[in-house]
Amino acid sequence: MSTSALVASALDLVKEFKANGRIVIVGASLAGLRAAESLRDEGFNGELTIIGDEPHEPYDRPPLSKQVLKGWVPADHTVLPRLRKVEADWRLGVAATGLDRATKQVRLANGDQVPYDRLLIATGTRSRPWFNPKEAELEGVFTLRTSDDAARLQAALAAKPGRVLIVGAGFIGSEMASVCRELGLEVTVAERADAPLVGALGGVIGDIAAEMQRDHGVDLRTGVSVEALEGDAEGHVRHARLSDGTTLDVDVVVASLGSIRNTEWLEGAGLAAGFWGVGCDAGCRAFDVNGVVTDSVYVAGDIARAPHVLYNYQFLVLEHWDNAVIGGQVAAHNMVSLEPDRRPHLPLPAFWSGQFGVNIKGVGVAPFGDQIVITQGSVKDRRFAAVYGHQGRTVAAVTFNHGKWLEYYGALIERSAPFPPPPPGYDQAGDMTPIPARFPDPRVLTGVPDVVLTGHDPTERGAEFRPKKR
Amino acid sequence: MRIVVDLNRCQGYAQCVPLAPEVLRLNGEEALMYDPNPDDSLRQQVLRAAASCPVQAIIVDRLDENGEKA
Repeated sequence: MSTSALVASALDLVKEFKANGRIVIVGASLAGLRAAESLRDEGFNGELTIIGDEPHEPYDRPPLSKQVLKGWVPADHTVLPRLRKVEADWRLGVAATGLDRATKQVRLANGDQVPYDRLLIATGTRSRPWFNPKEAELEGVFTLRTSDDAARLQAALAAKPGRVLIVGAGFIGSEMASVCRELGLEVTVAERADAPLVGALGGVIGDIAAEMQRDHGVDLRTGVSVEALEGDAEGHVRHARLSDGTTLDVDVVVASLGSIRNTEWLEGAGLAAGFWGVGCDAGCRAFDVNGVVTDSVYVAGDIARAPHVLYNYQFLVLEHWDNAVIGGQVAAHNMVSLEPDRRPHLPLPAFWSGQFGVNIKGVGVAPFGDQIVITQGSVKDRRFAAVYGHQGRTVAAVTFNHGKWLEYYGALIERSAPFPPPPPGYDQAGDMTPIPARFPDPRVLTGVPDVVLTGHDPTERGAEFRPKKR
Repeated sequence: MRIVVDLNRCQGYAQCVPLAPEVLRLNGEEALMYDPNPDDSLRQQVLRAAASCPVQAIIVDRLDENGEKA
């Protein structure tokens, strides 16, 4: 066959696949929805099946810990806008329970088998439950991840509980504490580390976050863990025992302990899947357990773990909103494209968090840095920008009510600018001397941060070989 | 109707707030809070607010209530 005939047949294959192929997306949240829309945009006219364990159509999660808990927006009112019409077989309210790559089928909880030619894994995360299952069943003990969770917790807060205890002062825990104070509720935040947000932003910023919480009337207790919850005769939580020996009277407890990646259903499928997600290349193609890239399985969203050029090609997992959007879109494009047309998904990580009237935004991977410098504004006024460095490179930035400057810092990170960075020439902070950023020792147990560099091996950090069950 | 605001992109200019005050609010100096599923009667207001955004961070559904392309 001549070269031109080979090219022609490859193009025919794409044409045939776009017309008659079968694509299954497992995960019907932000990444799954945007991927589905992109597939149709790319001209994929074959069979599309979208499987989601929640009964709801795709909805947005960030508002749940903010305007929903506050009672302004009902929990079922965060349904995501559609960017286009999507013809698809929506299988909502039924979880995927298994994957057979030999026969190319997804197994569902109701026993159905859904065949695919190409598969997108976008099953995301769930909230880490309270560690003691008996205590977790007490009335008044909550976690927050889904809109149903938010509806229940919002109702509990609206009932004016005497005291709310939030266990874990990551972003979500801190946002919930902020809402409690806005609602006039007494709230205690218990955090195992020395300050809020330390896993994501380090101790220097953590101390500022701690001050913010205390100024707003939060009873913040750091360096403690909650060892036990006790209920009354009706099975409603009433007391929490802390590791420092104190006991709190509480009516609502929210476990905000980070997330668990939904990879269990992939057990035995031979993919590089485990605690840190599903290993994939920069083009969203999943690795198998031997580090061999697959042709038909793709990954997007919170669960995708891909090497990143900006961070020494370490595998990066990112529980960020735009990572789900762009990852879903890139995966969709690559699923229906030939090799020369495939695109990389190499996001500059970016997040936001509204709490205590302050807009906290960040770019880059702060825990990759070990030093920090306040570059602009004033910490005292809680309106400032700070930059993180590692070995003379600028690797991340965070702003408090200074979001307009984030693009400037993002551009510095993208070109690995020197650290400390050149002063922006406007609104400079007084002291530009870098200081240690004070991230906790990675061996110390703290909440699992939502951005994690997970090493260089596609299958390390929890992915393990498990022979297929016969 | 359904909207979502890309809050990575949003820079707190708050041009949108006075155009659809029932839907978009500032919490503090620059943290935008919004109603993701406002009443359809507010569509004109929300479309104006979305058009006013200097960084085009407000994403409005492109479907009408019957699921057809609007």
